[in-house]
Amino acid sequence: MSQSFDDISAQLKRRHRKSSRLKWISMGALGLAGLFLVLFFADMLSKGLPAFQQAYIEVELDYNEDAQRMGRAALDPEVSRLVSRSFERLIPGMLRDDPGLIGTTEQRWVLADSEVDQYLKGHRSRLSEDERETVDELVESGRLELQFNTTFFTEGDSKMPERAGILAAAVGTVMTMLVTLAIAFPIGVMTAVYLEEFAPDNRFTQLIEININNLAAIPSILFGLLGLAIFINFFGVPRSSALVGGMTLALMTLPVIIIATRTALRSVPDSIRHAAFGVGCSRWQVVRDHVLPLATPGIMTGSIIGLAQAMGETAPLIIIGMVAFIPDVGASFTNASTVLPAQIFTWAGEPERAFVEKTAGGILVLLSILIALNAAAVVLRKKFERRW
Amino acid sequence: MNMQVAERERLSMSSQHAGQPVTRNDSANHELSIRVRDLNLWYGQSQALKNINLDIFQKNVTALIGPSGCGKSTFLRCLNRMNDLIPGVRTEGLVEMDGRDVNAAKMDEVALRRRVGMVFQKPNPFPKSIFENVAYAPRMHDMVSRKAEQDELVEQALRDAGLWNEVKDKLQQPGTSLSGGQQQRLCIARAIAVKPDVILMDEPTSALDPISTATIEDLMDKLKKQFTIVTVTHNMQQAARVADYTAFFHLGEVIEYNDTRMMFSNPHTKKAEDYITGRYG
Amino acid sequence: MQTNQLLAIFSGVLLLLGLVAFFLGRAKAARVRASGSAMSAQPEQYAWFAVLATAGPAFAVSSVGAFIMLLLGADIPTFLLLAGSLVAAALGLMVGVSQVKPAFHARQAIEKVIQWILIAAALISIFTTFGILFSIIFEALRFFRMHSFWEFITGTVWNPGASFLAAAGRAEEGASAAQFGSVPLFAGTFMITAIAMLVAIPVGLLSAIYMSEFAPQRVRTLAKPTLEVLAGIPTVVYGFFAAITVAPIIVDVAGFFGLDSSFNNAVAPGVVMGVMIIPFISSLSDDVINSVPDSMRQGSLALGMTKGETIRDVVIPAALPGIISASLLAVSRALGETMIVVMAAGMRPNLTANPLEDMTTVTVRIVAALTGDLEFESAETLSAFALGLVLFIVTLSLNLVSVLMIRRFREKYRVNNL
Repeated sequence: MSQSFDDISAQLKRRHRKSSRLKWISMGALGLAGLFLVLFFADMLSKGLPAFQQAYIEVELDYNEDAQRMGRAALDPEVSRLVSRSFERLIPGMLRDDPGLIGTTEQRWVLADSEVDQYLKGHRSRLSEDERETVDELVESGRLELQFNTTFFTEGDSKMPERAGILAAAVGTVMTMLVTLAIAFPIGVMTAVYLEEFAPDNRFTQLIEININNLAAIPSILFGLLGLAIFINFFGVPRSSALVGGMTLALMTLPVIIIATRTALRSVPDSIRHAAFGVGCSRWQVVRDHVLPLATPGIMTGSIIGLAQAMGETAPLIIIGMVAFIPDVGASFTNASTVLPAQIFTWAGEPERAFVEKTAGGILVLLSILIALNAAAVVLRKKFERRW
Repeated sequence: MNMQVAERERLSMSSQHAGQPVTRNDSANHELSIRVRDLNLWYGQSQALKNINLDIFQKNVTALIGPSGCGKSTFLRCLNRMNDLIPGVRTEGLVEMDGRDVNAAKMDEVALRRRVGMVFQKPNPFPKSIFENVAYAPRMHDMVSRKAEQDELVEQALRDAGLWNEVKDKLQQPGTSLSGGQQQRLCIARAIAVKPDVILMDEPTSALDPISTATIEDLMDKLKKQFTIVTVTHNMQQAARVADYTAFFHLGEVIEYNDTRMMFSNPHTKKAEDYITGRYG
Repeated sequence: MQTNQLLAIFSGVLLLLGLVAFFLGRAKAARVRASGSAMSAQPEQYAWFAVLATAGPAFAVSSVGAFIMLLLGADIPTFLLLAGSLVAAALGLMVGVSQVKPAFHARQAIEKVIQWILIAAALISIFTTFGILFSIIFEALRFFRMHSFWEFITGTVWNPGASFLAAAGRAEEGASAAQFGSVPLFAGTFMITAIAMLVAIPVGLLSAIYMSEFAPQRVRTLAKPTLEVLAGIPTVVYGFFAAITVAPIIVDVAGFFGLDSSFNNAVAPGVVMGVMIIPFISSLSDDVINSVPDSMRQGSLALGMTKGETIRDVVIPAALPGIISASLLAVSRALGETMIVVMAAGMRPNLTANPLEDMTTVTVRIVAALTGDLEFESAETLSAFALGLVLFIVTLSLNLVSVLMIRRFREKYRVNNL
C-alpha cells in the first residue's frame, strides 16, 4: 500500500527547505545587484553634486596702471591668493578693451580659487592657516559664498578646476552624434529593409546576418583601431575631429539600429503586406507606404537606444585622439574636439582633488542625458505600442 | 420544449446521490479514491467549474468527456492542484482523498502530486536520457537506495508502460529522440515509477497517431489493475473503449455521470445524448 | 581649390541638374500622355528615373576617381574629376529624358535601382568587418616583421621601453632591447575577466532565476528595467567608480586581513566589470529560461518535485545551452572591455596569480601604445594592432560558438525570439 500524506510530508521537509533556500538566495542575488545600483548612484551624487556649486568671492577691484600688465595688481594682496588666477588673467584684457576703466574701482563677485572652494566644501585643501582664517572671516561677513556654478555649463576645459566646464565637450558630443546619426540611421534602416523585405534567404543573406550579430559583439576598442587605420591614416580624415569620431561610432551603432529596425519590421503583420500587394502595389511601394510607417516607432526607439549607447562610448574615441584638451567652445566638424565621456576620462586623470568633483559632476550630466534618452525611448514605445 | 428538457435534466440530477454515478458498473471496484463535493473554480471573474460532485473509484478508468472549454481539463487539474500554478485561479469546495481535503492549507501539494501523478496532452520528456527520465523522480523521493534497485525499478516501470523492449538497448539516449507515441509511454513510465495511487491523463493520445493511440489505450486497460486512472478525452470512442465510468461535462457542470456502457447506450440526459450522438461538440 | 569648395560645387551643380531632370522628365511624360498614348508608368516615376539617371553616373565617376586616387596614388587633378563627373551627369540627364517613352517601364527601373542601393547599404556591415580585419592584420603583419610571432605569443616580458628610438634610427642608444612578450598581458586580462565572471555569472543567473521563476509580476516588471540601467551606464563612469571608490575599499579590506594590496589591484576593475555584465547575463538567461516550455516544469511538478528541484534539475539543464551562450558572450565582452581597466587597473605588465597586485591587460596596452606621442611606425604603436588581432580572433570565436549554441537551443524548443 502506498504511503500516507503525513509520511510523505515528513520526508519532504528537508526538500522544501532546500527549495525555499534557492528562492531566498536568488532573491538575494537580485537584491545585491539592486544594492550596487543604489550605492553607485549615492556615491556619484555625493561626489558630483558639489560640482554644481562653486565658491565666489566679493572683491574690490582697483584698476590701476599695474593691473594692465598683471591682473593681480588690481586686487588687495590679502585676498588675491583666494581669487581664481583665471580671473586675474582676464583683467589686463578687460582694461585693454575698455581703457575708461583705468583708475576706477569696482565691487564685484568673482570666481574664487579652487582651494577655497574645496575648503568651503569640507574637503582637503592646501590653504594655509592664515588663509583659512581670512576665508572664515569673509564667509562670516557674507563676502564669500557658494553659488550656482554657471561656469561649469558655459566654459570648455581648463587646467584650473574652478574654471573647467563641460560646454565644449557637450558641443562636441552633439556634433559627433549628428555625424553618427546621419551615417548610421539611413544605412541601418536600409540594411534592415533589405534583409527583412527584399533579400532571398540564401547563403549571402545569412552571411550578412551572422556578420551583423558578430559586429554587435566586437569589442568597441577594435572599432577605434579601424578608425585610426582606415579613416585617419588611409582616407586622411582629420584626427580628433567630430567627423572621424562620428564615423567610427556610426559603424558601432549600425548593428543596434539594424537589429531594432528588423524587429520593428517583423512585428508588422504579413496581412498588411498581403493587403497592399492585393491592391497592386509593388514590393517597394508596400514597404514605403505601408510597412515603414507602421514600423517607425520601433525604428525610432531602437535608434534612440543606439544613440545613447554611442554617446557613452569612450574607448574607440581615445584611440582616434578625441581626448584632446579643448578649452574653447567652437562648432566645427573637422577641428579637434572632445566629447562628454572623453572629458570625464581626461578629468579623472587630473591630479587635483577638485577635479574628482568635476569628473563626478560631468558623470551626473552624462547620466542625466542618457536616462532622459532612454526614458524617451520607453515613452515612445509605450505610446505607440501596437498589439496585432 | 426547452423548459421541459431543462426540467427533466434538473430532476435527473437531483434524483441521484451527490457524486454517485447514475448506474453502477457491477463488475467494477467500488472503493472510493477521490470524493469531490460542491467544487467551484474561478479564473479571475469567470467561473469555470460549477458545483461539481463526483466520486472516483479505485482501480477504475474514469473518463471525462465534453465539448472543448467545458472544464474537464480544469477539473482534472484540481485533483493534483496543478491549477495552483496558474495565477488568478480560486477554488472552493471539497476534493477529498484518503480522508483529507487536498485544498486544505495544511496539505502539501508536493506530497499530493506524488500520490496523484499526471500525464499530459503533449509528451514532455525531460531533456535527459531515457533512463534518467524514469529514474530521476524515484531517486529524489528516496524510493531506491542502491544502483541495482534503481535499475530494477526503471526496468519495471518501462515494462509496465510497454516500452522496455523498444528502448532497453538505448537507455542512455535522450528521451526526446523517441517517437511521439514512445515519448508518451515514457512519460507514463515516468509517472508510474513513482508508484502513485492515481494517474491523471489529460488527453494523452490527442497528439498521437492511431497506432500509438491504440497502444496507449491497451496500456490504460492494464494499468488500471494497479492504479486509479482519470482520463480526459476528446474522443468518445476512446472513452467507450477504455473507461469504466464516464462523466459528461458541459459549461463547467457535470451533466451526467454514469457507467460507461449506460452512458453510451442509454444516456439519461438530453444534452449527453445530443453530444454522444454527435449533434454538437 | 579646397576639397570643401569642390564638394560644394559638385553638390550644387548636381542638385540643379537633378531638378532639371525631374521637371524635364515630368513635362515630357505629361506631354506624351496628353497625346493619347498609354504609358507604362506615372509621369512622376519617369521624372524620378531621369533624376536617378543623372545622379548615378556622377556619383559613380567621382567615387571611382576618388578611389583610384587613394588606392593607386594616381594624381588626377581634382578639377578634372569634378568636370568629368558633371559631364557624366549631363549625359545621364539626356539619356534619362530620352527614355520617357510609353513602352519604358520607369517604375520597374527605379525599383531595381532602389534594390541595388539597399544591397549596397547591407554590404556596409560586411565592409566594416573586413575593414576591421584588414586594418588590424595589415598593421599587425608590419609588427611581426620587426618582432617574431613566437616571441610575441610565448614571451613573458613586455617591455617596449626603447622601441621608439629604434624607429627614429637611434636603436643603439636604447639601454635595453625592446621585448614584446604578451603572456603577462593576457594573464592580466584573464585574471580580471575571471573575477568579473565570478561576480556576473552567479548574480546574473540567480537574478534571472528569481525573476522568471519566483518573482511576482509586479517585482518582475520593476526589476528588469532597473537591472538594465546597470547596462546603460557608460564604461568610463564604471572606470571612475572602480578607481575612486571601489579600489580604496578593496585596499582597506585587504589591509584588515593583513594583506598588502595595490591601488591598481585586479579585484576592483574585475568586480565592477562583473557588475556591468550582470544585466547582460540576467536578461539573456531570463529570456532563455522563459522559453523553456512550461510543460517541462509541469511534468516535473506532477511527479512530486519541489519547485527548487524542478528549477535545478529540469529548467536549468534545459536552458543550459542558452545560459552557456550568454556566458560566452559575457566573457567576450569582458575581454574587450577597455575603459574600466584603463582607469582602474595597472599599467605594469605583471605575471602574477595574486589579484591584489597591480596588473595590466591587452586593452590597456593598446590604449597606452596609441595615445602617446609616438611615431606611428614604431614597434610599440604597431604592437597595439598585434594585440588587437589576438583580441579580435578570441572574441570572434567566442561569439561564433555562442551563436551556434543559441541556435541549437532555438531549434530544440522552436522559439524565435532569441
